[in-house]
Amino acid sequence: MLKGMAVTFRYLFRPPITVVYPEQKRPAVQPRFKGRHWLTLYEDGMERCVGCELCVIVCPSQAIYVKAAENTPEHQVSKGERYAEEFQINELRCIFCGLCEEACPTGAIVLGREYELAGYTRASMIYTKPMLTEPYPGSSGRDPGREI
Amino acid sequence: MAVTVQARGIQVVRAPSARAVTEADVRALEGNILTTTVDRIVAWSRKSSIWPVQFGLACCAIEMMSTAAARFDIARFGSELFRASPRQADLMIVSGRVSQKMAPVLKHIYEQMLEPKWVIAMGDCASCGGVFNNYALVQGVDKLIPVDVYVAGCPPRPEALLYGLLKLQELIASRPRT
Repeated sequence: MLKGMAVTFRYLFRPPITVVYPEQKRPAVQPRFKGRHWLTLYEDGMERCVGCELCVIVCPSQAIYVKAAENTPEHQVSKGERYAEEFQINELRCIFCGLCEEACPTGAIVLGREYELAGYTRASMIYTKPMLTEPYPGSSGRDPGREI
Repeated sequence: MAVTVQARGIQVVRAPSARAVTEADVRALEGNILTTTVDRIVAWSRKSSIWPVQFGLACCAIEMMSTAAARFDIARFGSELFRASPRQADLMIVSGRVSQKMAPVLKHIYEQMLEPKWVIAMGDCASCGGVFNNYALVQGVDKLIPVDVYVAGCPPRPEALLYGLLKLQELIASRPRT
């Protein structure tokens, strides 16, 4: 019994291991962690996505929808011939495998660190292009000057 | 326009006339005095002790167990009691894929729960079928029962489930006495 009580007392004076979640999050998730998606930009603000739809093809849960449109000299959105006019990801269907990130030839789609994804309706969890595009180049945590 | 006055350290809201009293004024007044409406007390007590029913279906249930364990400690939100009986539970966390064979069981258990009751669809499979778009699984648990909060992730982190629970608490607080 003394042995047992010794264990109890040892744990009594240890700091609690509980992470007080909403107030104080864990310092950082693992570097390999895959969270919500971001559509990244080049340093000059041009979109990386060229609307090739490779991510749509590779996605195992068919969570991505891309509608591509042609770039014109007056309306140049990306550096390729086409750009994504619409880009939707169903975050409820996505399994965060990262295959889209691997397939992307320009490194446009990346998986970020945010994991707080919850909604009251199914429709609210379909992220559209304005929600997915990063607010300014590099805000998703990736270097905007990188090759891919 | 209401005027906010700082009197002896207590915020007092004064409206120039009875007509100009807004909803925000009433809220501010309720923040200062002890009594409040019964609806708000009921909503507060409901949201502070949501007991989930023990209903782990697949791999998401592992994360649900982790949420209940010491590291994440769902007891901080008053939801530590995973009841084995649906009659003692308020919340059903559908954690995992629902197969066609499980569907009538799930519906049965949901119907046995007493009002008021809420449902969290945890993870991709429970929310919309996820990667398993096939004949064996129900494509989203909302085909069977009404879902209040959908949590994305495959599986969601314990923090993500706690975030979903907090969203549900917000929902309960904002919708008194349904």
